[in-house]
Amino acid sequence: MKRTTTAIALAGVALLALTASACGSGGSDPLSSSSASTGSGGSASAGGGAVVVGSADFSESVLLAEIYAGALKAKGVDASTKTNIGSREIYLKALEDGSVQVVPEYTGALALFYDKSFDKTDPNEVYDALKAALPKNLTVLAKSAAEDNDSIVVTKETAAMLGGVTTLSGLKDKAGTLTLGAPPEFQTRPQGIPGLEKAYGVVFKDYVPLKGQALVQALKNGQVQAANIFSTDPAIAVNGFVTIEDDKKLFGSQNVVPLVAADRAGEVTAALDAVSAKLTTQELTNLLKATDVDKQDPKAVAAEWLKAQGLG
Amino acid sequence: MGWLSTHGGDVWTLLLQHVWLAAVPLVIGLLVALPLGWAARRWRAAYPILVTTSGLLYTVPSLALFILMPLILGTRILDPINVVAAMTVYTVALLVRSVADGLGAVPEDVRAAATAMGYRGFRRLLAVDLPLAVPVLTAGLRVAAVSNVSIVSVASLIGVAQLGNLLTDGYNRAINGELITGIVACLLLALAFDWIIRGIGRALTPWTRA
Amino acid sequence: MIPTIWTWLTSAQNWVGSFGIGNRLAQHVGYSLLVVAIAAVIAIPLGLWVGHTGRGRWVVSATNAARAVPTLGLLFALALWVGPHIPGRAAFVVPSVIALVLLAIPPILAGTYAGVEAVDPAARDAAKGLGMTPRQVLARVELPCALPLLWSGLRSAVLQVIATATIAAYIGLGGLGRFLIDGLAQADYAQTAGGAILVCLLALVADGVLALVQRVVVSPGVSGRRRRRRGIILAPGKDMGHGNVAHTTRA
Repeated sequence: MKRTTTAIALAGVALLALTASACGSGGSDPLSSSSASTGSGGSASAGGGAVVVGSADFSESVLLAEIYAGALKAKGVDASTKTNIGSREIYLKALEDGSVQVVPEYTGALALFYDKSFDKTDPNEVYDALKAALPKNLTVLAKSAAEDNDSIVVTKETAAMLGGVTTLSGLKDKAGTLTLGAPPEFQTRPQGIPGLEKAYGVVFKDYVPLKGQALVQALKNGQVQAANIFSTDPAIAVNGFVTIEDDKKLFGSQNVVPLVAADRAGEVTAALDAVSAKLTTQELTNLLKATDVDKQDPKAVAAEWLKAQGLG
Repeated sequence: MGWLSTHGGDVWTLLLQHVWLAAVPLVIGLLVALPLGWAARRWRAAYPILVTTSGLLYTVPSLALFILMPLILGTRILDPINVVAAMTVYTVALLVRSVADGLGAVPEDVRAAATAMGYRGFRRLLAVDLPLAVPVLTAGLRVAAVSNVSIVSVASLIGVAQLGNLLTDGYNRAINGELITGIVACLLLALAFDWIIRGIGRALTPWTRA
Repeated sequence: MIPTIWTWLTSAQNWVGSFGIGNRLAQHVGYSLLVVAIAAVIAIPLGLWVGHTGRGRWVVSATNAARAVPTLGLLFALALWVGPHIPGRAAFVVPSVIALVLLAIPPILAGTYAGVEAVDPAARDAAKGLGMTPRQVLARVELPCALPLLWSGLRSAVLQVIATATIAAYIGLGGLGRFLIDGLAQADYAQTAGGAILVCLLALVADGVLALVQRVVVSPGVSGRRRRRRGIILAPGKDMGHGNVAHTTRA
């Protein structure tokens, strides 16, 4: 009898411990970038195996991941994708813990992630600074000419209402009447809402966290008056949105670049460099129109493009 | 149907993944809930503690549990184990009460008769109490199964692939066909789980159909 | 991890402003109250009618089956299809509120219906024998007798709504869910954990308050408290506490 009592007590304690441990993993945070990078960063990927290309949770990143994976496969590399992982904050952890080995990235935003004081704007300087800022277990391959920057856009009607305001500097006095829609991470990033205030003194009346087509719709329907949309987003042309010029280059340069686990760079460099050599901003915008406006499959769009470029 | 006709293969892969993520926790959860529920019935003081704790666990938002699981388990963030573990917690939370109430619903005279026939202790539990608790247990499992299928879809927000991917992608790219396919697939899967568990429950209790 | 979460929860600057904990908590409570109130106004009369007349039982079965609809999909569908037709900030609130109302109706409806259904036919006959009209039977006998089960359905609905409102943050709703979604996007785990703790606490407090109210509104003759005191034991299985009917699909 005594033994069963003990067993039951233990079982009860286990259930309670499950709740408590949600908050009590002993003061260490296995997800913090420092411990993750020293931990399993290399162990999972060292010694070959398949290359997993990850992506952020927006169309362009998914598309680029499919392009990368397609190009790798064409070169005989065993590659697969793991798309829609989340924001940069999340997929970099996945890269560091060895869940994925390659992710499509943007030079300026990535540099700023690792170096908070980073302030370069020239594409080549940004690229060099990025290389210097990256942790040792990560590396970037050659950058592409394709650039996809953050941008603040408004509808034609709002642009007319704003009068002659065409730059973010000019928006300073009018922003207080506008509600901004942007992805949640934009709220805290140095190039996001804090950056807009610091660089331009632009403070919006309100902020609604939205992304993807929901954000485009909200802007179109007037539920938000300004939106943080990627400059390559076909929705800008389709809906006649007006981009407010980033005249102080807060958003810097954002060339598309593959970020890879350093110990796997050898296997993927040739295939991915070939992709970067062919990718331009215009190409990217066209491809995005296929996935987002014509609702085609990112994988199919990627395959078609690779074929047309002689890479597939 | 247009969307589904060109994406059948992808949907099938995601469906299998969804089945796995929802079913494995159901089995583990039942195995964990059985001794806990039994304990809750056996010791008067354990009942309120276990039932309240499990009820409390069920109020933890699923998204939070998914996000925080790697911190608790030390797993990698994209590991499906995180989802399995979180779903097991919810399953246990729902089933502890079912097990306890099911065992409690065994009539005292039946138990006395079984004892008189020589069934004692663990053997009586297995041969008499547990089979008689099956109807209540089945009801609990059906609720847990339907609940699991719905909650698993939230895992697409943390990058673990299953049918929820159709929901998030359909929403983010505003593709109605994909979104509807995702909803219908989840719905059918939940009903299939429900149907199977009900069938197993019936097969285990032939006397109820007399 | 605990110190970081504690710091997040207790730092004064996290509590103030429109993005602060104070406002998010108020929003969460406000949306939940609104949702449960709307759901109750729909489900209670419907459940009473079905239970009283015995007609339309399929409504109860249908809403029960509807629980299998994935909540996330329901939210997205409403956001995509209803959102664009609603002007202003309401566009981010109305779809979520509709989805949560749809989620809250089944437990309240099932509880109300089961409560009326379970009323002892003898009590109903006695009431008729006393000359009560059907309406009086409903109001003075069936409703009070159904109250414990109705209330457990309501409690279950409240818990579901509080937990699920967090997911609605993904489609732009305010409330405590913002800390989960934003914490995820910003990889700020203290924010996510802190938000989750607040949601759990809110659910606990809400359930506690409803349990207290239940003691007040449920007639002692029905709840069995008085009978127990006199030493009469209730038949086993009669006490269908919160949780039995109260079942639940949520995300």
